[in-house]
Amino acid sequence: MTTNTTNSAAARELNDELMVELRGVNKWYGQFHVLKDVNLEVRKGERIVICGPSGSGKSTTIRCINRLEEHQKGDIIVGGTTLNNDLKNIETIRREVGMVFQHFNLFPHLTVLENCCLAPIWVRKIPRKEAEAMAMKYLERVKIQDQALKFPGQLSGGQQQRVAIARSLCMNPQVMLFDEPTSALDPEMIKEVLDVMIELAQEGMTMICVTHEMGFAKTVADRVIFMDKGQIIEENDPHNFFNHPQSERTQLFLSQILQH
Amino acid sequence: MSNLSKVRHDMLPNLPPPASSVGVIGWMRANLFSNITNSVLTLFALYLLYILLTPTISWVFINSDWTGSSRDACTSGGACWVFVANRFDQFMYGFYPEAEIWRINLTFLLLVAQVLWLMLPNLPYKGMVAAVVLLVFPILAYFLLYGGSFGLEVVETHKWGGLSLTLVLAIVGIVAALPFGVLLALGRRSEMPIVKSFCVVYIEFWRGIPLITVLFMASVMLPLFVPEEMNFDKLLRAMIGIVMFQSAYMAEVVRGGLQAIPKGQYEAAQALGLNYWKMMVFVVLPQALKLMIPGIVNTFIALFKDTSLVLIIGLFDLLAIVQAGLTDPKWLGFSVEGYAFVAFVFWVFCFGMSKYSQHLENRFHTGHGSR
Repeated sequence: MTTNTTNSAAARELNDELMVELRGVNKWYGQFHVLKDVNLEVRKGERIVICGPSGSGKSTTIRCINRLEEHQKGDIIVGGTTLNNDLKNIETIRREVGMVFQHFNLFPHLTVLENCCLAPIWVRKIPRKEAEAMAMKYLERVKIQDQALKFPGQLSGGQQQRVAIARSLCMNPQVMLFDEPTSALDPEMIKEVLDVMIELAQEGMTMICVTHEMGFAKTVADRVIFMDKGQIIEENDPHNFFNHPQSERTQLFLSQILQH
Repeated sequence: MSNLSKVRHDMLPNLPPPASSVGVIGWMRANLFSNITNSVLTLFALYLLYILLTPTISWVFINSDWTGSSRDACTSGGACWVFVANRFDQFMYGFYPEAEIWRINLTFLLLVAQVLWLMLPNLPYKGMVAAVVLLVFPILAYFLLYGGSFGLEVVETHKWGGLSLTLVLAIVGIVAALPFGVLLALGRRSEMPIVKSFCVVYIEFWRGIPLITVLFMASVMLPLFVPEEMNFDKLLRAMIGIVMFQSAYMAEVVRGGLQAIPKGQYEAAQALGLNYWKMMVFVVLPQALKLMIPGIVNTFIALFKDTSLVLIIGLFDLLAIVQAGLTDPKWLGFSVEGYAFVAFVFWVFCFGMSKYSQHLENRFHTGHGSR
């Protein structure tokens, strides 16, 4: 496997502007300490891949960023807005943060086009005609424009996930969160979703991806973060992360997933 | 060493499915006469149907009397529909003054026209018609039925009766119980403790008492407790009682539907920035209501039939007015015809609701899976 260095952070001039900032974030489920002092700074245009074994808190971390989960200690700052219990505040942040889920979570009662237009019309207050035109533009970008009038139930998993990406993009988010976007897909469909994600990365979208696709991490990530037991164990640029992992836990993890 | 390599070079063509036993004869052979026991059972069932249906059909249709003006017209020994025919207007309109009956007809005609407009696909302005049905029509219907302005004579509600009263009670009940039920169900699932406990107490209270009690309380007890001048109309009191009672039932049906919506739907809606009400209105409720159609219609049908309980507080709905007719000395002894007629009218409405709900379920079916 080759590392595409032209895309990595070293070659690109990254903006200094912080997009997402996690400072000493802690979270408990009852007595169980799921996130332990997580610190993360994501700059504008940066592509982060978070990996780690299941139950390591990687999904929980990104779900805290748009308040699908509530953190109990520490600060989360998204685009300059500090996340707190104020609903207005949460909605402001959610408008700027797109999310793609493992199980797509498309709205089954709406067509593909309606799925994409719903939030722009009712949250961004964009007139229907404009919203539809914009939705078609994004559906074209994920190469699914000819399915616009179908219902999600009539599409394959890969197609549904591409619609889900288009739906998030329709809100013109500043940051995109990907929560294991290819884990529920058949092997043949993973590539079509990854291609869309790679294209998105090349266009300069700020992305935080929880994924097991190490190939994707090597190709597009500026930084790879390894989490275990609710903590960030190691973070590095992809080349050094995969070739010279520092921590034993990381070495063990990599040897296990890269064996085949 | 054996060779494990197998390669297919030419693809198999698509073949038609195997011919099954199709047609009427094939169906009968498969379902009715597959072996000796089944054949015997089929013949026995046919015999049972024969001995049950022939006298019924002959009583209802063949040996029955349809025209005439008094019981003397009933000579053929079958059903005497003359009784129903003679009192038909009363069964429909109660004691509503004859000269004003056009007002009831006009009201229901308007309603049917609007509902048909909404039910038939491909007609424009559905949103506007729906708004008119829900917001303008009730006021219009009130002035048409009750009168008191626009030069219309006041018709007191104790003169209302028959099928029109049944329909007024049922429609008001159905239209009001659904939104209240949805609000109560949302409240019961709310994280706000005061809202939640209010809804739980409300639902559990109203579900725990019989409708008859509610109606008695509304008509007999309430006037004892409130001052004379605050005493409002008996029909209105019954309506409020029915709506409060049925909203509690509706709330539980709706809650069942809400629980079936996967968490991912809420999360996707939230992640897109939809607030609570937008998430509910555009994402959760449309899916939940689709799942709830059988339960909702079940409640509607029960509500429709429960309206006949108002007879115990002296309101003459369809059942009560037919019963009153049976006690007329001129028409003694026609109770079977009377009750059969009532049953038939109720059945037509309930069956219609049931069929329409099945149609809706098919229409809202949008492919497979709920993710």
